[in-house]
Formats: sequence, C-alpha cells, structure tokens
Amino acid sequence: METTAFQKIHTKVDHITKATCSLHADGVGYEEMATVNGRLAQVVKIQGDLVTLQIFSGTEGIPTNAEVVFLGHAPKLSVSDELSGRFFNAYGQPIDGGPEVDGNAVEIGGPSVNPVRRKQPSELIATGIAGIDLNNTLVTGQKIPFFADPDQPYNQVMAMVALRAKADKIILGGMGLTNDDYLFFKNIFENAGALDRIISFVNTTEDPPVERLLVPDMALSAAEYFASEKNQNVLVLLTDMTLYADALSIVSNRMDQIPSKDSMPGSLYSDLARLYEKAVQFPSGGSITIIAVTTLSGGDITHAIPDNTGYITEGQLFVRRDTDIGKVIIDPFRSLSRLKQLVIGKKTREDHPQVMNAAIRLYADAANAKTKLENGFDLTDYDERTMKFAKEYSEKLLAIDINIEIDAMLNTAWELLNNYFSVAEIGIKSELVEKYGKNKTQISQINTN
Amino acid sequence: MSTKGKVAGIIANLVIVEVDGPVSQNEICYIKMSDVKLMAEVIRIGGKNAYVQVFESTRGLKPGTEVEFTGHMLEATLGPGILSKNFDGLQHDLNKMEGIFLKKGDYTPALEDDKLWEFKPIAKKGDIVVPGSWLGEVEENWIPHKIMVPFKFEGTFTIKSITEQGEYKINDTIAVLIDSDNNEIPVSMVQKWPVKIPIKAYKEKPRPFVLMETGIRVIDSLNPIVEGGTGFIPGPFGTGKTVLQHALSKQADADMIIVAACGERANEVVEIFAEFPEIDDPRTGRKLMERTTIIANTSNMPVAAREASVYTAMTLAEYYRSMGLKVLLLADSTSRWAQALREMSNRMEELPGPDAFPMDLPAIISNFYARAGFVYLNNGKTGAVTFIGTVSPAGGNLKEPVSESTKKAARCFYALSQDRADSKRYPAIDAVDSYSKYIEYPEFQEFIKENISPDWIDNIMLAKNILIRGHEAYEQINILGDDGVPIDYHQIFWKSEVIDFVILQQDAFDKIDASTSIKRQQYMMNKVLDVYKANLKFETFEEVNPYFKRMINVFKQMNYSEFESEKFNKFEKELQEIINERVMIDD
Repeated sequence: METTAFQKIHTKVDHITKATCSLHADGVGYEEMATVNGRLAQVVKIQGDLVTLQIFSGTEGIPTNAEVVFLGHAPKLSVSDELSGRFFNAYGQPIDGGPEVDGNAVEIGGPSVNPVRRKQPSELIATGIAGIDLNNTLVTGQKIPFFADPDQPYNQVMAMVALRAKADKIILGGMGLTNDDYLFFKNIFENAGALDRIISFVNTTEDPPVERLLVPDMALSAAEYFASEKNQNVLVLLTDMTLYADALSIVSNRMDQIPSKDSMPGSLYSDLARLYEKAVQFPSGGSITIIAVTTLSGGDITHAIPDNTGYITEGQLFVRRDTDIGKVIIDPFRSLSRLKQLVIGKKTREDHPQVMNAAIRLYADAANAKTKLENGFDLTDYDERTMKFAKEYSEKLLAIDINIEIDAMLNTAWELLNNYFSVAEIGIKSELVEKYGKNKTQISQINTN
Repeated sequence: MSTKGKVAGIIANLVIVEVDGPVSQNEICYIKMSDVKLMAEVIRIGGKNAYVQVFESTRGLKPGTEVEFTGHMLEATLGPGILSKNFDGLQHDLNKMEGIFLKKGDYTPALEDDKLWEFKPIAKKGDIVVPGSWLGEVEENWIPHKIMVPFKFEGTFTIKSITEQGEYKINDTIAVLIDSDNNEIPVSMVQKWPVKIPIKAYKEKPRPFVLMETGIRVIDSLNPIVEGGTGFIPGPFGTGKTVLQHALSKQADADMIIVAACGERANEVVEIFAEFPEIDDPRTGRKLMERTTIIANTSNMPVAAREASVYTAMTLAEYYRSMGLKVLLLADSTSRWAQALREMSNRMEELPGPDAFPMDLPAIISNFYARAGFVYLNNGKTGAVTFIGTVSPAGGNLKEPVSESTKKAARCFYALSQDRADSKRYPAIDAVDSYSKYIEYPEFQEFIKENISPDWIDNIMLAKNILIRGHEAYEQINILGDDGVPIDYHQIFWKSEVIDFVILQQDAFDKIDASTSIKRQQYMMNKVLDVYKANLKFETFEEVNPYFKRMINVFKQMNYSEFESEKFNKFEKELQEIINERVMIDD
C-alpha cells in the first residue's frame, strides 16, 4: 500500500480529533483508504469537499501539515494459496518475517451471498467433545460463539475443537490477543503439524485497538477465497469478539454518535451480523464455519454484546467450571446449537434427539434436587438418583476432556439412564427404548436406594 | 422533467443530495455511479438538500455523483406471479439475480413480462366497477388470482370492454374502463401501489371472530388467534421464536403465507427454501411452497431495505386479501426493523427517545399492526390478513421500547419463557403470561360455541386456572418442603404438570405431534381435565410423583400416535387403567 508517483499529496489538515482528521479534497470515494504521514486511514464521512478520515493507529503526533495520500480503493487483501501457514497483522501485512503474498488483491468486507444461492448446511462437524457433539452438534456453515468468562480456558477449547474438526483451512482472527495467547496459538498449531493449513490475522493488546476492526474482515475475505474459489471447508476462529465490539464503541463515541444500550453503537447488531453471516455452505461444496469467542462479564448474557450476538449466531456454547467434578464442562442448559436439528437423528443414530433431551431433562431435575438439598429439605429417592446421575453425566459426557465417537456417547448416555431410572422416568418413545435402550446395557437395574 | 440532483455528502448509507427541483418525502431516486445505479429513498428534506437512505452499500461513492428522482414512492408490483417467489426487501426477484454473491444495484423485475396466463373474465361489459372490483381471474398455482381495478384509481367506472377468455401477458390490456368524464382507461393484469400506504379497497373491517387453526396446542387450545387477528411473539434468543414461526407457516389454516425474514439469519430462510418445496400442504395436497412467498432481507443485506421489507410484505398481503383470501403474514423480527429506524435516526442526528430509538416508534408500530384485519369486500366476500410478528427484546427484558410499543398494538401475546426453554419445555410459550384478547370478544365466543363446542372457552379458563394453582402449589412445596405441605398440594401440582406435558409441550420435530387438529386438541383437553376432576387417592406424597410420571409417559405415547389409531386406543386404555388404580368414587 505504498504511494505511487502520480498520486496527489494533500498537506493541509483542518481538524484533528483523537481518532480522526478532516481535510478538503475532491474526488474521494466513501470508505476509500488513505495514508496520513504514512499511517493507514479510511474515509468515514464526506460533506461537500470536507473529508473525514479515521486513522487506525490514532492521531498522536499528526501535524496540520501531514502528508495525506488517497489510495483510491477500500482496504484490500491479496489472496492466493501463498496465504497458507502465514501470520499477518490487521492490515494483511506479514508479521512472520516472510515475503509479501503474491495474489489477487480483493476488497475486504465484500458483498453478501444471495440467500437463494446458499445451500442448507448438512455436514456434521465432529469434535469428540460430548458436550458439543451430543448436546450441541455443530454443522459446516454454522456460526457459533463460545460464551465464557475471561478466566475460562476458551482459547484452549477453541484450538482443540479447530484441530479435531478436520477442516481444510483454519483461519484465526485474533483481536486484542495477549501476546501469551498469540504464542499459545502459534505453538499449538506448529506442534499439531498443522501449520500449512492455518492462516492467522493477529492484533495483539500491544497494537492500537481500532486496528482490530479490520481483523475479522481480513480473516473472512481469506476464508471466502478458499471456500468459494477452492471449494474448501474453512473454519474461521474469531477471538475475542467482545474486544471487537469495544473497538466499535470507541469509534462511534469519537464520531459523536448517540450510544444505545451499554454504551454500544445503535448499529451493533448490523455490524456483528455482517461478519457472522459470512458463514455459509456454498452449493459447490465449500463452506465457511465461524467459531467465535465472546467473553462475558460475570456470566451476564443480557449485556448488549452477548445479547446481540445470541440473536445473530446459530446458538452458543457456554463454558463453565463444574465444581462437583472439578472440571470445565459445556453447560447443557445455556448452550444451544440451532443447526443440530439438521444432522441429529439423520446423520447420527435415530435415538440421538430423544436421548439428548431425556438426559438434559433429568440433569435439570438434579439441579432442582440440589437446590432442595441446599435449602435443607429431605431428598426423595428420585432426587438422590438424579443427583448421582448428574455427577456421572457431567464426568463422563459434559467434561471437555472427553474425546469419543458419537455412538459411544449415545451408548454411555443409555447406560447412565438405565442405571438410575425406570423406563417411565426416562420417557423416551417405546420403539427407541426397545431398539437401543435395552440391548446396549445389561438388564436395566433400577437403583432403589 | 424529473428532478435531478448531485451527491453532496456521505455518512454510511445516509447520503445528502443537492436537488434542482421539487422532491417529495419518501420519493425514490437512483444514484448513478459509473457502473451501477443505487436505489434510495428520501427521508428528510432541508432547503435544497434531500437526505436519502441508500438501499445498498455506499462504498466508493463520490460527491458530485448525479442523482435522478423518479417522482413516486417505493411501490410494490402487484399481479400474477407473486406466489412462490423469493423477493428481497424491495421486491426484486432473488432467483433472477446471477452469481453466488449479491451485486450492488442488481435490480431484477418482480414478475415475468412474457409469461402467459389463462385469463377468465368475471365482470362483463356495462358493469359499474370501483377500485378493487374483480374483473377476471387467472389460476396462480391453485389460487384463483383475481385481476382487479387498480387501487390507485378513484371514483366509479363503467366497463367499456373486457377481453375474452384466453392467454395473456401481464401487461396486455384485458379491459377498458370509462370514467365519469368519459375518458377511456385501459387496464392490464399488473398494477403498482406505494407500500407505505394501506390498501383500503374493501367495504368494512369488522372485529375479527373466526378461529385460525395453527395446530399448535398452546395457541389453539389456550390462547387462540383469529383470522385477521394480530399477535406477537417476544422472546430472548434461544427460546424457539424461529421454530415456532416455521411451525406456524407450515401448519396455519391460511390460503397464502407471506414470510418476511427481516434482519434475521440467512440460514433460517434457506431452511424454508430447502424444505417448503418438499413438504406437502395437507389442505391442498400440493407443496407448501405453492402457497408461500418469501421476502428476505437477512441481517447481512442492506439495513435500509429492512424497513421496506415489512411494508412490501404487508402490501402483498393486502393485495391477496382483496381477492377474498385468508393471508397469514409472519415477520421475523420487527425488532430488527426498529433497529434500522434507529440507525437512520441516529445518522440524521435526531433527538433520541428511549434506548436511542426514534420518538415516533410506538406510532409506527401500531400503524403497521392496524393494517392487518378481517374485511368484507365490496362484493360481500371476506378476506383476512393475520399478522404475527416476533420481537427480539434486548437482554430478554420486555420493558424495552419495541416490546412495549408492540404490546399496545397486538391483540395476542405469546410470551416465550427462558425458564421453559432452559428445561426444554417446547414450545416455550408461557401459557399463563400469554393472552389472547379475542377470547373476550362476544363475536368470537359465539363462533366457538357454534362451530367447535359450547364448553371450549370454559375449558380454556379452567386449564389456565389449574396451571396457576399448580404453580402456586409448586412454590409452596419449594418453601415448606415435600412433607411440609398437604398431599393435595402435590396432587394439584402434578395435575398442572399433566396439562403442561400433554397439552402445552409439543414436539415440533415429530411427524405426528407437530400438528394437532382441533378435534384432537379438544379430545386431549377433555382427557387431561378428566384427570384433573378425578379424585385420586394417595397415602404419602412419595407416591404422587412416580404415579403421575407413569401417567404422563402414557399420555405422551398417545401424542406420538396417529389419532384414534389402534396404537392410540391401546395407550388410552392403558391410561384409563392408571387412572382407575387410584380413583375414588364419590358417593
């Protein structure tokens, strides 16, 4: 993005704020890129010939006679197979010491897919984690975030899911990553021997926050290249979208916009939807699946960021520590995969939906029993059984260190159900009990003490 | 000479245009970029500046670009060929657009100019007609699509000539009318109408009173909606709004379904695209897609077109209502439309109302809901537009402007509860918090008495009452402990659970359970009320829970079986035996 000889250089800046500067210029296009004393900037407002530029890295030290050069295009990324295995910054410039990527430069944040040209997602993504595969099955072309408090190991879980998911490409969009987490991703990808199918766009906490706004578009433009043109299954990891939204609110604030709920811009929903909706199953076979992280503050999902995210994404995976077993689990109550209906019982065994629901319902009964116990009431025999069941269910299925096939998950679930409950209490269609519930375990023994 | 202008300022999709002549509020204009024309709507005028919202991304737009005004507002194109189409928010045919990605300014026509339709005249030479009068009909899928005197006409007309039965294109003249000044006016099969203005080509709009069956028990049996009624479904994310809307669109007893996917997920529309052409409509034996039209402005499509999308959808619904049809319009979600209004209001630097929404939001919402309704047409036939919108309340809190404004406008309220969703009790409609104002209408009560059963309304009240009492009993049990309350408390709680599990909960993904006929609903309601009325005897509270669990399990097996089938009857017998075990005969 360096300047070329015939470009006009402006040298008179009229206004400067913390993030923007304004100057008089003709023939400038909306969202066009520019450099201001070498710093990258983008046109955010045009009134007559007064053009307002947002300088990504901030305006510290920008003089009124700064050299402003308009580049004549929106932000671009060079796409080609050479992207594989490389690390880039938010502008798509290499940060791994390697050469510039030689390829076709495409504008990022490009057009949306025509909804009638989309294909219905139908391919299951197996992760081996029962909290996901059994209860919240993922599908290619899906978009789903992890909702986690900052102290949860969400980046580790996400990396694990990504590496097990058999994607052709994994594209990491890191926003406000700590340097430690950046190195964690780098190491785990290298150690898995998977570096050649991984591409990373990284903005760390050391970089200016507004630069983050470019990261998801960079990652998704690269994803579109591989999914649309190369028909590959691409998995995009975006972490942490809360920090992305925070950057949006910084910009909106500096542009004097009226904030809506939780100081977020009124356009937060559209801004996030524009990114998440890039998840798609193309008819030609390629797909973009987005797994994101939205960090919560004290588990509060009513905050504008997780709230708007929840309305956009196809479910959410809640990560929490289960103190009964001392492990991190995928919370079965608050987690949801909206697309699971497209595969469970179809691509998986037919008893999958009912077994999943029965187990979760009984797990909910256990939670009620626990409340009863905490309030000092006597427990019934049923209460006792649900609590024993819940503990074992948590340990053998919900914990994130599980790595088994889906059939094995279903068999384990049947085994637990039969160990603790009668057929009436399980409440599953009788044909399914006959077919899968009985012969999978020894004679069902109702535990009566 | 049409008015022209030049781009003077750009802030996201709000563009300021300096104009050289008259412009009107809501007028449509085209911004002529070098390679494409971008459609935009005037939303404010100040001096020689018109503020327009562009229905596209403005990336690359430069000041000085020429703008051409059209002299009319955003209009829908009305004529045969609307059914089964997939339109964007501005009624462009999505299927006609080429390529995988949407291209800026790719405006495809809504209807086909060269398709031939078999036209049959209804009116004859010499007839006196008014706007909305039926001139003839063509068969569109299975719907007799009426060709009407254009709604834009004013006054009465005499038919000078009407064409004979035969095949015509939509733009062919099918009749010539004479107005009071003896002017001859040709009429074709297609007409235009501004979407923001209601079509009022009907005689009368009475209070609606005819039950609209949905096959969803918690709606029909507890909070019924009527043909021409209005309802809204607010709910936090993950409580099943969309599954519920899809169930409604599949099962509702309507001639035509219009789904306005407004600012929601693209994959949800894809589900309709994929499934509706495959699913049979039990009413007609044809495919569901044949009675469905989709307006898709998904969340990644231009924000400004979101507002237009709901108005376009409503205009299409009103058009089909004027043909004497029952139309169901579903909009998911009206909150996204309100947010689009908010974004624009913000860019125009208007003083904000609550939560930064525009101040006139409640008025906009209630005007929109008012366009639904049951009507008597000028020829005495009836038609209806039933409107059900979803609301996505921020943080799941119903005390936010969109939910509050909608609550004032809609007559049915289907509250989705997070607690019910968490415990997988689907559909997660809270039967007690929800309401249907139509139950209170004497006209509706009369209709139900005559057409369904005299005790239907009483049963609704009784069932709701049991649910409330069951909930109270549950709270007492939680406070005082299982053995701290009389056994009766356990019994009433479990009897309410029977209603919950058997009537309220319904498996939308089970072939049989997904949709329940009114007859079957009535049958099952009587069954659960029989259980309620039975005087059951228990020695200890510990017997209550396993007894009712067994009963509920058998009830559920009944719900999963074909109505009145052998299997169904077998489970029913089993159920009767369970009841008999503990029933005490009163003397």
